[in-house]
Amino acid sequence: MTLATRILSSVAAILFIAGCTNYYEIPIETPIKPKLDVSAFQRVLVAGFIAGGTDDVDGNLETTRLLRSQLRTKSDLRVIDTDVLPLMEVATETPGTPEVKVEPAKAAPASDGAEGREGREAREGKEGKEGKDTKADPKSEPKGEGPQAATPEKPAAIKDAKDLEPYEHLFADVEYWKKIGEEYQNPLIVTGTVMFTPHQRSGIVQREEEVYDSFGRRRVVPVRTYMERKGYILQPKFIFIDGRTGTVMHSENFREEVLYNANQSTPALSSYFELMDRLIPSFLSTLSSQKIKGTRVLLQ
Amino acid sequence: MRTRVLTVFLLLGATAAPLAADARSDAKKQVEFGITVAQRGLWREAIYRWERAAQIDPKYAEAYNDLAIAYEHEGDLEKARVAYEKALELEPNNALIKQNYELFKEINDRTTRKDTPDDPGNQNP
Repeated sequence: MTLATRILSSVAAILFIAGCTNYYEIPIETPIKPKLDVSAFQRVLVAGFIAGGTDDVDGNLETTRLLRSQLRTKSDLRVIDTDVLPLMEVATETPGTPEVKVEPAKAAPASDGAEGREGREAREGKEGKEGKDTKADPKSEPKGEGPQAATPEKPAAIKDAKDLEPYEHLFADVEYWKKIGEEYQNPLIVTGTVMFTPHQRSGIVQREEEVYDSFGRRRVVPVRTYMERKGYILQPKFIFIDGRTGTVMHSENFREEVLYNANQSTPALSSYFELMDRLIPSFLSTLSSQKIKGTRVLLQ
Repeated sequence: MRTRVLTVFLLLGATAAPLAADARSDAKKQVEFGITVAQRGLWREAIYRWERAAQIDPKYAEAYNDLAIAYEHEGDLEKARVAYEKALELEPNNALIKQNYELFKEINDRTTRKDTPDDPGNQNP
C-alpha cells in the first residue's frame, strides 16, 4: 500500500466516524405518574414509624420530620402537623405482640419546645419495650446534646429487621387506623418501619488516583486496593393507609447503604440524611407526579 | 437460461442498493427535521418525524433511539423501552444508544419496582 493510499484511507475512516457520530445532547424531563391514586385525599398524616438500629439517630422522629417537610413542598396534599404517634407503645398494647411488662416511667430530663410531647411519647414506647427485656440497658440513657437530645434512644432490642416483626401487626390493625383517620378527618396516613444500622465491610475496592508522568501531565488512573470500610444501612418500609377505612393501600421497602473509609468519621445523622436523600424521589413518586430531569443523546 | 437468471439477479441487485440508499436518505431527512423540532421543544412533531423515519427505513437504529428519547420525554415509558430495545437490536455496539438506554432503565426500574412479597397489599382506594 502506497503512502497516498494510506493517507486517503485514514481520511476516509475519520470522515466515516465523524459522519456516524452526528449527535446532539438534549435535556429531557421524564414525567412519572404516581404509583398511588391519592385523588380522594386532601390531607396526609405522616403518623410516625417503628424504628430501630443505631442509637445515634432517632429514626422515628427524623423520618417523620423529613417526610413531612418533603410532602409540604413537593406534593399537593396538605400535611397535618401533629405529634408523632407512639407506635411502639400502641403496638405493644394491642394483641399480637409478645407480652410486655411496662416499667414505671423513669425520671427523664424535662424536654421543652416542639419536641416535648413527641419525646415523651416515644420515650414511653421505649421504656415499654425495655420492660420486655426485663433489664435496663445502661446504653439507653438519654444522651446529652445535639438534635437527638430531647428524644430517647430506641429500645436496645431492636437491632435488626427481625426485631421489628413483632410490632408490624399494628399496620394491619384496621380499627386503630380507622380511629386515627376519624380523628384527623380521613387523611392518607403514612407510617411504617425504619431500620438504620451501622455496617462495615472490607475488601478490594477500585478508586481513582492522580498520577503525573515525566512531562508533568496529570492523569487519573483506577487503582485497586484493599480497604476497611464502615458506614450505615437504611431500610425503611413505607406503608400507606387509607384513613377512611383503616386499610393498607400500598407499601414499599427500600434499602440503601453507604460505606466510608474506616478512618473517616462521618456522623450517623449525616449518613442518615445522605441515604434518605437517595430514596426520597421514589417515596414522592408514590404520591405525586414527578419530573425527572436528565440528558440524552439524539442521533442522526 | 442460466445467463438470463443471472442477469435478472444482477439487475435486481443493482436497483435494490440505490433503493435502500434512497430509503435511508429519506429517513435521515425525517430524523434531521425531528432533531430540529425537538430542540425547539416540539416533541410531538419530533415523534411524528421519527416514526416516519422508522417506517421508511425499519433498520435505522438512530431513528428508534430518537423515538425512544421522545417517548421518554412524553412519559410513555413502555413505548420508550420497546424503541430502545429495537435500536439496540439493530446496533448492539452503539455506545451512545447503550448510554441512553442505561439512563432510561434507571428511571424505568424505579417506577416499575415491585414490592416485596411480604407486603400487606397494594390496592388503590
